[in-house]
Amino acid sequence: MGNFFAAIFTTEFAFSILRVTTPILFAALGALISNRAGIVNIGLEGIMLTSALMGVLFSAYTGSAWLGLLGAAAGGVLIAGLLAFFTLKFKTHIILGGIAINAFASGGTIFVLYLLTGDKGTSSSVASKVLPNIDIPLIKDIPVIGPILSGHHVLTYLSLIAVAAVYYLLKRTPLGLQIRAVGENPQAAQSVGVKVVRTQYIALLLSGLFASLGGAYMSMGYLSLFTRDMTAGRGWIALAAESMGRSTTIGTALTSFLFGFAEAMSNVLQLFKIPAELVSTVPYVVTVIGLMIYSINESRKKGK
Amino acid sequence: MFIFLYEPISSLSHAGNVVEMAIPLMFAGVSLALLFKMNMFNLGAEGIFYFSGLVAASIAIRSGLGFLHPAVAIIAGGLVGALIMAIPGILKAKWNANELVTSLMFNSILLGVGLYLLNYKLRDAAAFQTASFKFNPDAVLSRIIPGTRIHSGLIIVLLCIVGAHLFMYKTKWGYELRMTGSNREFAEYSGIKTGRVIVYVHLLAGFIAGVGGSVEVLGMHTRFDWTSLPGYGMDGALVAMLAKNNPLAVIGSALFLAYIRVGADMMSRLSDVPAEMISIIQGVILLLVSAEQFLKFWKNRMLLKEAQKNG
Repeated sequence: MGNFFAAIFTTEFAFSILRVTTPILFAALGALISNRAGIVNIGLEGIMLTSALMGVLFSAYTGSAWLGLLGAAAGGVLIAGLLAFFTLKFKTHIILGGIAINAFASGGTIFVLYLLTGDKGTSSSVASKVLPNIDIPLIKDIPVIGPILSGHHVLTYLSLIAVAAVYYLLKRTPLGLQIRAVGENPQAAQSVGVKVVRTQYIALLLSGLFASLGGAYMSMGYLSLFTRDMTAGRGWIALAAESMGRSTTIGTALTSFLFGFAEAMSNVLQLFKIPAELVSTVPYVVTVIGLMIYSINESRKKGK
Repeated sequence: MFIFLYEPISSLSHAGNVVEMAIPLMFAGVSLALLFKMNMFNLGAEGIFYFSGLVAASIAIRSGLGFLHPAVAIIAGGLVGALIMAIPGILKAKWNANELVTSLMFNSILLGVGLYLLNYKLRDAAAFQTASFKFNPDAVLSRIIPGTRIHSGLIIVLLCIVGAHLFMYKTKWGYELRMTGSNREFAEYSGIKTGRVIVYVHLLAGFIAGVGGSVEVLGMHTRFDWTSLPGYGMDGALVAMLAKNNPLAVIGSALFLAYIRVGADMMSRLSDVPAEMISIIQGVILLLVSAEQFLKFWKNRMLLKEAQKNG
């Protein structure tokens, strides 16, 4: 047990929390924006998966990691657009639309990977590029804080900036106000001249953009290649984080870090002869307990 | 394309493949149809299929139960499934916790715990892959149609489907289920204890999914060798949707899905189209089927044409 705490209270562990939180945080911000517009985006997992593959392919064929990121974002937004088109135009049930997107992406990515590389498992034969890590001057040299905050992947920093950006977007901009109005009461929003469907389109596309940044991080930062079903449920964890964070930007960011902590801890626990199969369930157990506490609190409040 | 459409019905054994593949899809479809009808998007059938299959397998390995063996294993699997499914149900009924998220988390938890049990408690070291000990021959379900691998699970699933149909449309509980589904507040107002309805429908759906997992393992396998979630829960969602949550229609939609599955399988074996093509096709089908407006659009157009012709 002493060893365990020794492993937790290190700068490496704190560093790894930021590292594993990045994709969850991006996806959770995506979930937040669409939820605020009244749409539960279940397709996050599929969007992340698509953009993870797109990032690898674009960076390999253009030879530039940044163009790869652009390709990843474009792929993610495209899939989100497809989901938006079906749910908003054809009135597909949003939950089923999301499940369809996920099925489509999980088969489609492997299909494309197989057509291009002849391999169904990973993209290791493709010479894809990785986005750089950044050392922050000044902070880098501070003891304790330096090794935790500096030297992260560029998308990790972007995810922290994104939290501020989403906060600003929802609280201070006309678009944010429209999104919130549509989410709370579409009829009322309509009556004061807000274009409800257009706002929902924008919210879903933005949601896709954030999720695709998370996906790009998976294949161009967390790992340097695409592997089959590599998002491994992070899209779902992000939904839970958003729900536990009470649909506020700050709350969502904090619960994302909580899940990041649980995941980092499960990585550490694997070193301590606890069976890996059981350890891998830790983030999910935390999610269920977290959601339970949140729901009990909410229903108590309503009862009063 | 020819292979895709023709091959599944080209011989008795291929047609048998379609039916045997449809059996677990029917179980999952009925289970989810019950939940969807109540407007509960619970996808926990996925994890329950896996875990109940494991429970049934652990009983099937033992000996000395004679002709009751498969029944004991299947019922145990079903009960475990019901208990697991009840958890998201109770959380939803009491505190309105999002059943979609909890059930999905449970899928991952059940996979983790199940893999642990498989690796540490049931694993046969003599097998060449990660698999349990061989089942006791007593426990394996018998084949009912010679020349195919169709097993007695078919009878069980048809009983389940008829039972679910009677439950949903002929009993008071089924009426409460449908009322809760169409408008929970109104159902509550008219005196239905919706919390209780949610819990018992979850118990029932979990039981069916659990029986489904057990039957699939005992009918089609000689050892338990699933090392990842079998995917029947998600497919069950598709089946239930295609059937518009009607238990009897589940039979048709499960057969249809199994048909295109077997077709895709044959196609990838006999030509160079990869089998993943099928999940793309499935995604598209799901989108189109659930796109109410899309179908309405065609219907309206046809009505219009009809009207013009007559006018």
